[in-house]
Amino acid sequence: MRKVYLDHSATTPVDPEVASLMMTYYTEKYGNPSSIHSFGQEAKQALEEARRQVADFIGAKSEEIIFTSGGTEADNLAIIGVTKAYQKKGKHLITSAVEHHAVLETLEYLAKNGFDLTILPVDENGRVSVEDVKKAIRPDTIFMSIMHANNEVGTIQPIAEIGRIARERGVIFHVDAVQSLGKIPVNVDAMNVDMLTISSHKIYGPKGVGALYVRKGIRLAPRAHGGGQEKKRRSGTENTPGIIGFGRACELSQERMAEEALRLEKLRDRLLHGITERIDHVKVNGPRGSERLPNNVNVSIQFVEGESLLLSLDMLGIAASSGSACTSGSLDPSHVLLAMGMPHEIAHGSLRFSLGRQNTQEDVDYVLDQLPKIVERLRMMSPLYDQVKQRTLKAL
Amino acid sequence: MYSEKVMDHFTNPRNVGEIPDADGVGEVGNAKCGDIMRIYLDIKGDIIKDVKFKTFGCGAAVATSSMVTEMVKGKTIDEALEISNAAVAEALGGLPPNKLHCSNLAADALHAAIKNYHEKMTKDKG
Repeated sequence: MRKVYLDHSATTPVDPEVASLMMTYYTEKYGNPSSIHSFGQEAKQALEEARRQVADFIGAKSEEIIFTSGGTEADNLAIIGVTKAYQKKGKHLITSAVEHHAVLETLEYLAKNGFDLTILPVDENGRVSVEDVKKAIRPDTIFMSIMHANNEVGTIQPIAEIGRIARERGVIFHVDAVQSLGKIPVNVDAMNVDMLTISSHKIYGPKGVGALYVRKGIRLAPRAHGGGQEKKRRSGTENTPGIIGFGRACELSQERMAEEALRLEKLRDRLLHGITERIDHVKVNGPRGSERLPNNVNVSIQFVEGESLLLSLDMLGIAASSGSACTSGSLDPSHVLLAMGMPHEIAHGSLRFSLGRQNTQEDVDYVLDQLPKIVERLRMMSPLYDQVKQRTLKAL
Repeated sequence: MYSEKVMDHFTNPRNVGEIPDADGVGEVGNAKCGDIMRIYLDIKGDIIKDVKFKTFGCGAAVATSSMVTEMVKGKTIDEALEISNAAVAEALGGLPPNKLHCSNLAADALHAAIKNYHEKMTKDKG
């Protein structure tokens, strides 16, 4: 059976070159970077080379990079570390309604523990308004976290503008760039950010590795205390093979990004247009064109449920994801789609395809061939579709 | 995630469709929750001669609907009333824990259809 992986926003395969480089650091150059003997020093050197590669990719300096176990830990370290260090200055925090749970849940935790949190709304395309940001900032605002690009609908936020305002008003600005890294340019100076979260496994590097960029001069209270690694900001023996893999993945991503983004954009638009042409009662979620990640397709297919779509696609070898309640692990569908003003019943039928390096036009055409048949089958079973045909239910 | 039996009923659901002028129709759930099940009954005497369903929902919702139609065909109304949501899940070889509440409503839909049948009967007599 044909296998078509279209869930690259969930995770990517490790680049074979990255995997073989990592293997050396598991079996041969396995020293602890904190050791002074040659085993340790060769690992230390490779670790610092990886730090330079990661820093280069986002326009930062090596000493501004803290390696973590992934995006979630980096978000937690940024949010808790900064609010702890600056809590005497103020208690007000700002974020948006469409953030990843690693940001939202961490901020909600602080809101339950003495901080004051403003959650900014988004428009129907999932975009935060710069005006809303201006209005939300108060004299006691110490920290703001807004994602670069959304993981579900691919909306790219006006980060540079928001960052400029944050800087003018003296608010520390954190950006989760896990989904944008490797797909669109990420530069900490151009974007006016103070802190930035990135993750390795979204850019063909290994899982279990991420990094937090912290601009020089920003104070950060550590979360993990111990041996004093990462300039005492994140103790624990470094995951050298993973970090070295991340560094090389950044370099490869940097080399290929411009060309790859153009290629993916064409596939994305072919898939988006193909779906809306072949299936009726479909809504495209998120913006079109350059305000959307080049690899993201998200649609709501009315009168069918997301998990049923995923199971049916999977049986044909197609891997995708959905924002339906069944796949969100709660009784509510995706918080992102709801924040964009989508009714529950339409959010349940959402489907995300995220394209990546191995995908070809043949893959896209295979989906365009199969998806309409799946939708037709599920709609035949759906009591809602009858009502539409009888015009007793409003359709898109 | 799902047992083979659940996937079988999801892929090849039994008794999908409608019965025109059904003796009883029952519907549970709503689109907001992401699950709607509708069951149609054809009843002769007190025997369920035919049964059909239409469902909007996840894999478990479709599979439980299909299973309950198989379990109830040819049974008496009293026997049908004894079928519980738990029994449907068990007949499918179990469901993942998070599906036991939200998507396991097929027996409720069946019971709603029987209730609808009784209401129609009373109305006809009156």
